[in-house]
Amino acid sequence: MPDFTLFIPEYIAVSLALLILTTELIWPKVRKDLLAYMTGVAAIAYGVAAIPYIHHAPSTFEGVLSTGDFTTYFRFLASGIVLVISLLSAHYIQKRTYSGGEYYSLLLIAGVGMTLMASARELLTAYISLELLSFTLYILVGYFKHERRANEASLKYILLGAFSSAMLLYGISLLYGITGATSYEGIAAALELRTAGTDPGMIMAIVLIIAGVGFKVSAVPFHMWAPDAYEGAPLPITAFLATASKAAGFALIIRIFGEALFVDGPEWRALIAILAALTMTAGNLIAIQQVSMTRLIAYSSIGQVGYMLVVIAAMGFGDSAQAANGSSALLLHLTGYIVSTLALFTALTIWVNRTGDDSIRGMRGMAKAQPFLALVITAALFSFAGLPFFAGFSTKLLMFQSSMRDGLIWLIGLAVLNSFISLYYYLRVMRQMYLFDPPTDIKRFNPTPILAITAGLLLLAMLFIGIFPGPTFEAATNAIASLY
Amino acid sequence: MSFDEAQGYILLGALGVPFLAIIATLLTPGNQKMVIRYISLFASAIIFALSIYIFVAYQTGTDVIQMEFSWPWIENVGFLKTNGISLHLGVDGISVLMVLLTGVVAFAGTLVSWKLDYRTKDFFILYWVLLSGVLGTFLALDLFFFFFFYELAVVPLYLLIGVWGGTRKEYGAMKLTLMLVGGSVGIWIGIFAVVHEAGLGTFDLPSLWEAGSNGALNPNFQKAVFPFFAIGCGVLAGLWPFHTWSPDGHMSAPTAVSMVHAGVLMKLGAFGIIRLGIQILPEGAEFWMPALIILGTVGALYGALAALTQRDLKLISGYSSVSHMGFVLIGLATLNEIGVTGAVLQMFSHGVMTALVFLLIGAIYDQTHVRDIGQFGGIAKVMPLWVAGYVIAGLANVGLPGLSGFTAEFHIFVGAFKTYPIVGGLAILAAAISATYMLRMFAQVFWGPLNPKWRELKDITPLEGISAALLISSIVIMGVLWSPFTDRIGHTVMNLPGVTS
Repeated sequence: MPDFTLFIPEYIAVSLALLILTTELIWPKVRKDLLAYMTGVAAIAYGVAAIPYIHHAPSTFEGVLSTGDFTTYFRFLASGIVLVISLLSAHYIQKRTYSGGEYYSLLLIAGVGMTLMASARELLTAYISLELLSFTLYILVGYFKHERRANEASLKYILLGAFSSAMLLYGISLLYGITGATSYEGIAAALELRTAGTDPGMIMAIVLIIAGVGFKVSAVPFHMWAPDAYEGAPLPITAFLATASKAAGFALIIRIFGEALFVDGPEWRALIAILAALTMTAGNLIAIQQVSMTRLIAYSSIGQVGYMLVVIAAMGFGDSAQAANGSSALLLHLTGYIVSTLALFTALTIWVNRTGDDSIRGMRGMAKAQPFLALVITAALFSFAGLPFFAGFSTKLLMFQSSMRDGLIWLIGLAVLNSFISLYYYLRVMRQMYLFDPPTDIKRFNPTPILAITAGLLLLAMLFIGIFPGPTFEAATNAIASLY
Repeated sequence: MSFDEAQGYILLGALGVPFLAIIATLLTPGNQKMVIRYISLFASAIIFALSIYIFVAYQTGTDVIQMEFSWPWIENVGFLKTNGISLHLGVDGISVLMVLLTGVVAFAGTLVSWKLDYRTKDFFILYWVLLSGVLGTFLALDLFFFFFFYELAVVPLYLLIGVWGGTRKEYGAMKLTLMLVGGSVGIWIGIFAVVHEAGLGTFDLPSLWEAGSNGALNPNFQKAVFPFFAIGCGVLAGLWPFHTWSPDGHMSAPTAVSMVHAGVLMKLGAFGIIRLGIQILPEGAEFWMPALIILGTVGALYGALAALTQRDLKLISGYSSVSHMGFVLIGLATLNEIGVTGAVLQMFSHGVMTALVFLLIGAIYDQTHVRDIGQFGGIAKVMPLWVAGYVIAGLANVGLPGLSGFTAEFHIFVGAFKTYPIVGGLAILAAAISATYMLRMFAQVFWGPLNPKWRELKDITPLEGISAALLISSIVIMGVLWSPFTDRIGHTVMNLPGVTS
């Protein structure tokens, strides 16, 4: 008898999503920001429903999905991200479209898709969850259907996304052909028994799987869609792409490379290391030339993905204790990164709601017009650059330290060098905000209270993780412990 | 609670004061400028008092590390084992002197910033972030927190120089920040390598020092990693050829920031070389010291020669800082007791002296808005007190007996002659050149006929006078009565690994 009680939070989220969708059908004139707050409440309900599952003994649903601390961790992440994104959307979406029901219900479903990716224990289920997330995002990215840039973004995202899904599927089928299994355990067991010698089919499968998941987290050279999608999508969806989509991608990567393909490390670790090196270097170098803030964040988040891939490369050395330590630090870093990104986007949304301009030059003089927003943005950028007080310093230090291996010191050195390069373009943003006077038509204004409070809380969370990372690190370690 | 434990809380208190000042300033409305200034005055007075207490309470003849305080921060999580990261504070004979230096300069800097009227609130918040970083680095005995505070000190500099700075401020701020953070790249890599190789799962510095001495970090590893620490920290210490941020940065920075920066922050680099380089990697240090002493000597000579050709008051001091930090590196690189003691003395001496110089340059620049020495002349007639202060600072710079510079440089020269006589000779040459540029500047600016343009100049304000008096008395005390300083340093230096007597 399948245990249907394992997914109560998901039932709640999906039914509330459908409720939000029908609300607008029945009552078309509903205020759109009301829908946003309903989504916020739904996200909180989702998070609260996940509380009983903390330290729940890991159990599986017919071997395809599992709940354990890892899933719970991602449930909390998803609930937090969806909550913040729905608050960000309230005013932004209301001002720009006539409908909002689909937007908010898809947002909730995307959150569920993210969790399912983390809880999948089998490649096909993981693939379906990934598509659930991707399809909702294809629609959300192009939600402003009358805007050319949104259409371009959505089209690019769909075409490249479909292409990468095909590659991933092809990789899965090759892997199935070689190992005769799609479950992570089955693959790992079959690979263990495999006789020595490199199998070209296996290399092929690995390359295709890396390409597929690399697209989802926008690793170079599969990153081409990211800047355009980030620029064309509604600003809150850009935030969602930069956080939830990457978190889900890394949940999948940790599962696949930390479990299914773990024994096969020697065949993929060099590939991942090169991918990491390319991703961080290209992301940071291209970011220097950007003039639009969203594109800058797109490239900077590509750089961040490069840092996180270092952990996966270290996993390939086959030391399971280190793999566990590394992935828990990765989860910590991911959390810090999500909090910083959401803080940045909250401040940016307040600014764009007011000025309608997301270029870096448009932020000129923000420190005078709106010192609090400038502070939040500065804190987030410093956090990305890995300067202390803010999350990035501690999480990056712990992450790289736990992936440190003699064979990888070059990659870690490159990563540190890259965070130094990134500081240059972050400082350019700060230069605009602090060193100049604002244009005369921008007066001091009062931000929407609810968004200002959100930004403040996220700033505090960033400081908390940065100064006292212990509790988060412990939670991440527990989450990873349920995997190994 | 025993007395010694209670003393640990004093260090925690000293570290807490800057943070309380930040919070208090944040909560004060920006238009209450006097309140903000009094918060800073109050906080810096407490820091000053505590730093004197810490200096006096440090006892020679017992443990090297005293007033320890340890508070587990994260342990037994992930790769971290027991004591993985702890808020471990403590002082030895070197850091008590550095804390005292911070106390003096922080107090003087606050007084000098009293008249600052543009975005006062932001300025003081960033000023306290800078000071908390500096103090934290001197007090931390945990590698995580050491580096945390070390980086924290760099964070506010971009804005402090970029917003409140003067000449070419954007260029100076960007160059300085990028070069300092670029130096940290080396430290990051060094930390990863050391903590991984030691395999203790802890960032506790005393444990890592132990690992460096008992063979857990093998000699080849130490030789490979030492340059990362030495260059990484060396950038901040003005190590030639990584010193180029220093003249530009100092030229652009506002007065109080120049004071803290040249006075205290550059010492952080030299302190890092002791804490991370010499103490964790003694064998690496021994291997690389000849290289470091060459760079230090080149820096001392180059800085002095460059100062000789400069015409801007701040640039002269900027290059003179490079030269004097070269002496510090020479002293450290001798790895003998008297040389290293001299290096630490020089860190203090240069700190107070250069803070005084930048204070005085700020005092005149506020009125004249030029710093070119050719445009001055006969200033002694209108600003006698200002000139008196400058002469004392300049003579301490040159190494006149009875002032702090002599005490420090004498130790360094003796140490250098012991191990590398040629270097000792070159160092004395550099000191002689420094006399030339100082006296040349004195002649052009202070004496001679008064340029009528400057007839209206006012002498230094009372607040500037108080802070100058504070710095001058530090210079004189150290020049006349150096045994409290040398006792504390010597006691610690003797116990540094690899240091010969």
